[in-house]
Amino acid sequence: MPERGSRALSADIAIIGAGPAGIAAAVHAAGAGRSVVVLDAGPRPGGQIWRHRRREQLPRAARRWLERFDRSGAVLLPEASVVDAGAGTLLGAERHGRAVRVHAEAVVLATGAQELFLPFPGWTLPNVLGAGGAQALLKAGMDVRGKRIAVVGTGPLLLPVAAALSRAGANLRLVAEQAPAGRVLEFATSLWRTPGRLAQAAAYRAAFAGTRYRWGTWVTYVTQADGELHAAYTDGRSSWAEPVDLLCTASGLIPATELARHIGCVVEGGRVVVDDAQRTSVPQVYAAGEPTGNAGVDAALVEGAMAGLAAAGRESEARRFLAERDRHRRFADRTARAFRLREELRDRARPDTVVCRCEDVPLSALHPEWSARQAKLATRAGMGSCQGRVCGAALQHLFGMSADTVRVPVLPTPLGVLADLTDSMDDSQGAA
Amino acid sequence: MSAAIRILVNDTEREAPGDISLAAALLNLGYASFRASVTGEGRGPVCGMGTCFECRVAVDGVSGRRACLEPVRDGMRVTLDA
Repeated sequence: MPERGSRALSADIAIIGAGPAGIAAAVHAAGAGRSVVVLDAGPRPGGQIWRHRRREQLPRAARRWLERFDRSGAVLLPEASVVDAGAGTLLGAERHGRAVRVHAEAVVLATGAQELFLPFPGWTLPNVLGAGGAQALLKAGMDVRGKRIAVVGTGPLLLPVAAALSRAGANLRLVAEQAPAGRVLEFATSLWRTPGRLAQAAAYRAAFAGTRYRWGTWVTYVTQADGELHAAYTDGRSSWAEPVDLLCTASGLIPATELARHIGCVVEGGRVVVDDAQRTSVPQVYAAGEPTGNAGVDAALVEGAMAGLAAAGRESEARRFLAERDRHRRFADRTARAFRLREELRDRARPDTVVCRCEDVPLSALHPEWSARQAKLATRAGMGSCQGRVCGAALQHLFGMSADTVRVPVLPTPLGVLADLTDSMDDSQGAA
Repeated sequence: MSAAIRILVNDTEREAPGDISLAAALLNLGYASFRASVTGEGRGPVCGMGTCFECRVAVDGVSGRRACLEPVRDGMRVTLDA
């Protein structure tokens, strides 16, 4: 049973998320002499991209950052989910069934990204999962040897996931990029300025050299018969179906902004708005990495460093990274344009296709003109455990449905923990 | 792989490597459906990182644990509702 009782901590700077942005922020803030506490939902630092069971499996640059983090003096609280943030800098978290309250002078939001999942017939079947999800499960010990796997969707995530599955012994059947060949080639040509990226893409492709890799191709539906999955694909001209054991879909990443929105930070176009020192619109709250726009690990390291320095009061040092940050952002914009989702993907869901997986709300129950709030009130879409993280993003993408406000706790939380958090947050606010 | 540990899945004793996530262990043991949806559909892991809540199971009597965030532990009692 969960232990009862709450725990309180304080630090100069609290960082939410121990991925590349959070690690860089912690290293720089601690290096500036500040006390730092880092909260992360995972068991180890590294976030999704540097997720690992044994550190020697990671690339050297990742190991170096993790070693700097170990030596930094920052305190890591693993397996801690932040569920509330009063006034931005008073954090409430759940850890091992207990409430943890953290009081800080400044907060850095390094909450990373999540995958966008788009509904299509069969997307709720077991063994249909996200490409990032497959990669995470693989790193967490999933055995894919001999399994027939297809990786379909879009963007830079397809190649490393396909390569990782292939190296792990999967029987990789198809890798399909929805963007048309012309756009992919134009993007690939634009990489001549950054030969490292081109070489990396080529290395990934070489890892699954025996597998078909098609551009302008996407999955239209998945069915299950006699315990076997069949995936239907099309390239717009011809359509066909094939059996698969695991179908991995990549529709792109979206910034994780729930906490930022809850705190009241201005979010535009799904991104937390920050200034040239990573400050959000809320005093003493900074944001770094994916929440400010999906730009990848190199951008996250730069923004993390800037946020850590700025939160430690060293804004002029932070601004020295500005040109580098903006270069990464321009590259991210080019990538997003090249891999924008084709219109046909919106039309896959049928009236009976479940859109909200938590409450099993079908497409036919939803009105395209509604806001997410109206959809929730009328159908319970977004009321379930994921609190709209999956269907909210899908509806926003499919219908342009505006996001609902964030409710507290931002993750489902045991009642005992909530009671402890409520008490301790009230006490502390009363004392202030 | 680290030494095998034992977990109880729906009261059946199963073995798993000790250093993997509960979601990975269940998938490797052949469980694809971890829970039943509100209309009774089987559901399994989707996001692998704690966002989608599709992999939730009961662990040692506590329901709603996300199997993708939970490391396997020797003697763990897991209940799948699917």
